[in-house]
Amino acid sequence: MRKNLFLIIFFYVILKPSISFSLVEIDITRGNLDPLPISVSPFFSDETSKEKIKKNLEIDNLGLEISKVIESNLKKTGLFDTLDKESFLQKPDIAHLKPRFEDWALIKSQVLITGKVTSKIINEKDYINVEFKLWDILGGKMVDGLSLTTTPRSWRRIGHKISDKIYERLTGESGYFDTRIIYVAEEGPKTQRVKKLALMDQDGFNTKYITLGNELVLTPRFNPADDKIITYMSYFRNDPRVYIVNLQTGDRKVVGDFRGMTFAPRFSPDGRKLIMSLAKDGNSEIWVRDLETNIQEKLTDHPSIDTSPSYSPDGKYITFNSDRSGYQQIYVMRSDGSKVKRISFGKGIYGTPVWSPRGDLIAFTKLHKGKFFIGVMRTDGSGERLLTENFYQEAPSWSPNGRIIIFYRETKTDDKGQGFSAKLWSIDLTGYNERLVSTETDASDPSWSSLLRN
Amino acid sequence: MNLSKILKNAFLVVVFGLIVTACATKKSVKTTTESSTTTKAAETQKADPIEKLDALMQGDVYIGSDTVGELASGVPDRVFFATNETILTTASRETLRKQAAWLRQNSDVTVVVEGHADERGTREYNLALGERRANAAKDYLMTYGVSSDRIKVLSYGKERPVDSGSNPLSWSKNRRSVTVKAN
Repeated sequence: MRKNLFLIIFFYVILKPSISFSLVEIDITRGNLDPLPISVSPFFSDETSKEKIKKNLEIDNLGLEISKVIESNLKKTGLFDTLDKESFLQKPDIAHLKPRFEDWALIKSQVLITGKVTSKIINEKDYINVEFKLWDILGGKMVDGLSLTTTPRSWRRIGHKISDKIYERLTGESGYFDTRIIYVAEEGPKTQRVKKLALMDQDGFNTKYITLGNELVLTPRFNPADDKIITYMSYFRNDPRVYIVNLQTGDRKVVGDFRGMTFAPRFSPDGRKLIMSLAKDGNSEIWVRDLETNIQEKLTDHPSIDTSPSYSPDGKYITFNSDRSGYQQIYVMRSDGSKVKRISFGKGIYGTPVWSPRGDLIAFTKLHKGKFFIGVMRTDGSGERLLTENFYQEAPSWSPNGRIIIFYRETKTDDKGQGFSAKLWSIDLTGYNERLVSTETDASDPSWSSLLRN
Repeated sequence: MNLSKILKNAFLVVVFGLIVTACATKKSVKTTTESSTTTKAAETQKADPIEKLDALMQGDVYIGSDTVGELASGVPDRVFFATNETILTTASRETLRKQAAWLRQNSDVTVVVEGHADERGTREYNLALGERRANAAKDYLMTYGVSSDRIKVLSYGKERPVDSGSNPLSWSKNRRSVTVKAN
């Protein structure tokens, strides 16, 4: 599985004009009230490159495909209105050289993306080089650009990196397109689900299955400091434990030597520690294990259920849920286990707190009056905001820029117990733009990676 | 329940209510009419799923026999729990005493107590809850003389429901701990 998963990308910025922010700018804090009209021209290739790429990838027009990846990414944000390619008046190669701004203004485009794909040989191996430019139509100038080189097979990642660049340039926020999602792929009847770990690009492509489905696997999570490392829980040999896997080498090891069940694992932001729950003799406590020194330490000490821990991005605090008050509620403590404080006081039951990568919010699942909500609150518990309501949904995970939350949703079965499904969904922090995240199979327990390193 | 049935029930309730009100004011009159109408109302309700549910659940603990298997002849294999609870009911304790008695007689048998939760809770919390339920059963078996090294505990949380329905009755069947022979 592992070898082809992570193809190296070289990239370097060549086009960096001095920029003044012009009219083109998006306020993403307000939801998608007025999407920005943007044209993504098909990227063009010379004939030699075209043939070479066709031989390598069996894709006729890679430039067009890359432009479609970008278009789809931008469209799904809800912030952009991607204009129909049929309406474009200018040819891709000419537009890339210097667009006729009047033509693009005519179709009400405010931003234009153009690009070029060239095949290249480095050390006798085939590569592709992709150059792109971002044009401000109203300002009549180029505002950004980038040139990237990669192996032909990771061409979609080029599309994602360009999407990130565009998003960053136009919103002022860091992007989230060149990322992956690890999740649990589910198949079979509800009473006998077969679950496998699966990894895919953020847009649902390039799905790889990490386990075969022989044993039950749950709650995979990325190491935020290294997107090749994940942790998850497995019932391997009917002994439920937390594992760490290196996706590149396939190396898998059990975490710690505990009597009892370990579960609910998450990495610290620097990837050096792992927090998890240990259930033993009817009591679940939160533990931390230093992955370098192998020293492990119990952080909570209470006869109630303490689980679902998540670090703050500075590593100083941990949020978790506990039923010590009688019902599941959200707590925050220092990362050494001291100063435990309850933060959720609204009506209902609260669980699965996950600290935002920006540090200011905690996403959670709430059960109230038979409905499940995904919501966010400030880290002191104030400002609770419910983003979405459904029959069953849980397990929020943040996009690396903290703008989007991905989670899973299960359907209610009918009178005969039929019609069960589990799917991944995403929603903006604003509460707008709720979307089904496409997966090959049913899916649950999503975890969003950081921006990929290389 | 279809609409006509709902209307019929509602009608009966209204009629019954009127009669009761009437009786409150004029006690001596029409006692026979009252009793016959009441019987009829009760009969209609018996066919109602709500009534059926009452026979299968006490509070929200399952007390029926569907899905219940046997650890050994005459020894039920499972006990049921209330939502979010790990407390053993009187019926559960009786079942576990039967299991303990059988295990004492068959001292070479080891068991796994599997703890389960319904689908109305978050996955990780349910893993912990399943573990707590299984341990509640294990502790009770130990109280009745089964040594702890013969009992392994395994929580499945909400991962292995026996009933795939999305309703209170199905959920009550899924909140369980099951004692399974391990050898």
